[in-house]
Amino acid sequence: MSEELVKIQNLKTSFRIKDDYYAAVDDVTLSVNKNEVLAIVGESGSGKSALAFSVMGLHNRAKIEGDIYFKDQNIPKLSPAKLNQMRGDDMAMIFQDPLTALNPLMTIGDQISETLFLHNKNLSKEKRRERVIDLLNQVGIPRPEYIYDQYPHELSGGMRQRVIIAIAIANKPELLIADEPTTALDVTIQAQILDLIRELKEDMDAGVILITHDLGVVAEMADRVAVMYAGQIVEIADVHSLFENPLHPYTRSLLNSVPNADEVQDKLHVIQGIVPSLQYLPRKGCRFASRIPWIDESAHEENPEMHEVRPGHFVRCTCHSQFYFPEENKEEHSDGIS
Amino acid sequence: MWKFIVRRLFVTFPQILLLSIIVFLMAEMMPGDALTGLIDPNIDPAAIEAQRERLGLNDPWHIKYADWVSGLVQGDLGQSFRFKMPVSDLVGQRLLNTFWLSVATLIFTYAIALPLGIISGRWNDTWGDRLITGYTYVGFAAPLFITALVMLWVFGFQLGWFPTGGSVAPGLEPGSWDYFVSKVQHLLLPAFSMAVITTVSTVQYLRSEIIDTKQKDFIITARAKGAPESRVYNRHIFRNSLVPIAAFFGYEITGLIGGSIFVENIYGYPGMGQLFLDSVLLRDFSVVTVVVLIFGIAAILGALISDILLSIIDPRIRIK
Amino acid sequence: MAFLDVKDLKVHFPIKGGILQRTVGHVKAVDGVSLSIEEGKTYGLVGESGSGKTTTGRAIIGLNKVTSGEITFEGKDLSVSQKQSKEVRRDIQMIFQDPYSSLNPKKRVIDIVAEPIRNYEKLSKLEVKKRVQELMEQVGLSPESILKYPHEFSGGQRQRIGVARALALKPKLIIADEPVSALDVSVQAQVLNFMKDIQKDLGLTYLFISHDLGIIKHMCDDIGIMYKGRYVEEGTRDEIFNNPQHIYTKRLVAAIPDIDPKKRKAHQQFRQEVKEEYDKSYNDYFDHDGLAYKLQNISGTHKVALPQKG
Repeated sequence: MSEELVKIQNLKTSFRIKDDYYAAVDDVTLSVNKNEVLAIVGESGSGKSALAFSVMGLHNRAKIEGDIYFKDQNIPKLSPAKLNQMRGDDMAMIFQDPLTALNPLMTIGDQISETLFLHNKNLSKEKRRERVIDLLNQVGIPRPEYIYDQYPHELSGGMRQRVIIAIAIANKPELLIADEPTTALDVTIQAQILDLIRELKEDMDAGVILITHDLGVVAEMADRVAVMYAGQIVEIADVHSLFENPLHPYTRSLLNSVPNADEVQDKLHVIQGIVPSLQYLPRKGCRFASRIPWIDESAHEENPEMHEVRPGHFVRCTCHSQFYFPEENKEEHSDGIS
Repeated sequence: MWKFIVRRLFVTFPQILLLSIIVFLMAEMMPGDALTGLIDPNIDPAAIEAQRERLGLNDPWHIKYADWVSGLVQGDLGQSFRFKMPVSDLVGQRLLNTFWLSVATLIFTYAIALPLGIISGRWNDTWGDRLITGYTYVGFAAPLFITALVMLWVFGFQLGWFPTGGSVAPGLEPGSWDYFVSKVQHLLLPAFSMAVITTVSTVQYLRSEIIDTKQKDFIITARAKGAPESRVYNRHIFRNSLVPIAAFFGYEITGLIGGSIFVENIYGYPGMGQLFLDSVLLRDFSVVTVVVLIFGIAAILGALISDILLSIIDPRIRIK
Repeated sequence: MAFLDVKDLKVHFPIKGGILQRTVGHVKAVDGVSLSIEEGKTYGLVGESGSGKTTTGRAIIGLNKVTSGEITFEGKDLSVSQKQSKEVRRDIQMIFQDPYSSLNPKKRVIDIVAEPIRNYEKLSKLEVKKRVQELMEQVGLSPESILKYPHEFSGGQRQRIGVARALALKPKLIIADEPVSALDVSVQAQVLNFMKDIQKDLGLTYLFISHDLGIIKHMCDDIGIMYKGRYVEEGTRDEIFNNPQHIYTKRLVAAIPDIDPKKRKAHQQFRQEVKEEYDKSYNDYFDHDGLAYKLQNISGTHKVALPQKG
């Protein structure tokens, strides 16, 4: 059994809309091990990014309940000073959009150097520069001495993402959170960046939380996968188990809605309806029920819980056992506009 | 960056040239010329016409323009009809007065705008912010000349803290310490009352820019690095928020020109604004022409300065 | 004569430089592209950012100025002046990438969809309204929603509004520029299915521009691969995916993540091999400027950019 690095228990992250709080992450429990890639898959509004931001303590105005244990600390309970000490040092984050995640008025070198400075004030300027050049080399940026003094707008998207990765790994974090790290990049660059993240994980023995909507990326990268829908984890399993034997209706629908690389199908599967927005999420019963109306109501649990179907393979609600795809849903146009 | 500045200067010269042509043509369109009003109406019109011919007043406009410009370059700004003295003498001291008034106003403007904008932007939607935003709304609504009058009445006449007219107390030796102090004293109230009004747009600009920058992705990157809030603000938010403020600087200068016309007249401060209004009212066109030209050049230089400032702050401008 | 014929299309943008901002060179965004599409088919244009695929699409519809080359649509020349080609161009419409920014947020759906109708046809208010309602139904949105604003719709619905606008003039050719890249997986499936449906119903021809080879494979009959403004390979779906000849195509195909985690190791190794081959044989496939050579026929439909033999 591998060593547990992060343990998230009953995490609930709520945002305030007008006068009420609405949970974007609702009762999430999971763990990340050392030298493991845990992929969190979901569509927009599933709460996957809110989950990542909670772990990094980056939510300013959210209400966070539950626990996130990492290195004997409980992140939601930390003081700002202690949190700043851990961020960028013990845990770090890679962002989605390399075009906006760098400060346009600071040189590449200064931006990487800042992380080093923040966590080791004794490092001399020269030493920091040396280390930055090392890092630029490590993430595969050519001519690092020259790039050091460049500004972000002078670099391509792929190069900027490498800079963001260099910032993230500067202090050899034990936990790396990658939030859609390749979504904004070209395919050939995507492959390179994924390889890079994988290599770095091996080198640093780090745990990686990979947030993505791309099932191909999951299949390539993940050791374990958590599927999120409407703020909850609906299925969590080892990657092979999940792709070979997906259980939850949402996981199965999602897998069926991507074009298959091996055979060309005429129609893709379409999930009926739309993801309800935060304010209108059903807070009781199976949250996916409204999108599979042909399944009998009795198939759902009243308070859906996670069930361990096989060792390490958990699925929420009992509806998966009675789920089937409808013959040919001719109604795919009607996505119910009121 | 030097390349950028040189290129920017290349644009400035044609701008000034164009301005001078427009100003000249407008002056040409005004009724009358240099002889009108100078001459006894009883003189034979034919003789006046001959005089006109001799002085080159009947030449085509481009020749007259060339004469005018070469005169300007040599410091000959023409004669004032009303004051009966060279315009250059008339303008000299006043230009200096207005220059110092503008510098003082700019200092006040930014001394007010930076702290207020930063407080308001950093702690937006708090009571402090509401108070500051409230002030900016009042500032937008209150006309400058009323504010200036109220200030003059309160601080000048009622409280007697500041002198109420002129640019220096009479009888002081130019160059002496007392002279300098008196100059500054005369500046403060007009500069301050102008700044109180002109600053509000900068406050609002800075506020919204900070609120905007706060939500940028690279701020999250900075926090994720473990940067404490103070550093996030000082290093990442403020500098990035100042970019549009620098771009706004040129516009600020143009605003000062308009403002100086009101303020100098209300405070009886002998500067370009006062001269402008006086010469317009007296139909002293040769003076108006020169004042308009100087105002125009000031606006062009303001734009130049703000572009150069921008190129220093923002590396993206330097490249293209 | 094909339905749409593009011959040796070039779109060059001037680069300004120096103190006086004179033109010092050109960006050859599209540099000699030829393609032809058969009626009722879907032609896929693939490439990474900067490959010129979007510029090509925009040039065909007249949004980018053509530097040289010929564009003929149903035998009519489109590269002539804007005015003359206006009538022809109504048969060609475009769907844009971002359903969030391509719709004017201040306009109601009816005005968005009716805009092309008002530009081309003189219809009464009532007729326009009826036409828009029909279009809304056609794209699977309720006809009552024509008075709503774009922000009241989800991403997928917005993209349908974009499609409704494109369909307003009953076009024959639709240029779809990354129509689903900004959408969630399940919504993506919705829009793709729907595009296939209306293609069948209305007999549309598509020029489908995308960087996503999975989607291209799903949608397209014929495919052209672009790199730095030029074609590197063109062929049927089968030829491109099962028998890629150009090293760049191979690399693109190898870069698609495999959805089967069991094949992960093998796929990574394959990708590594392709990358090594790419690095090793780069000079055989690209000229000294790093650009592709001219296309050579290797079969009736399959063309690859290889250096001239001999």
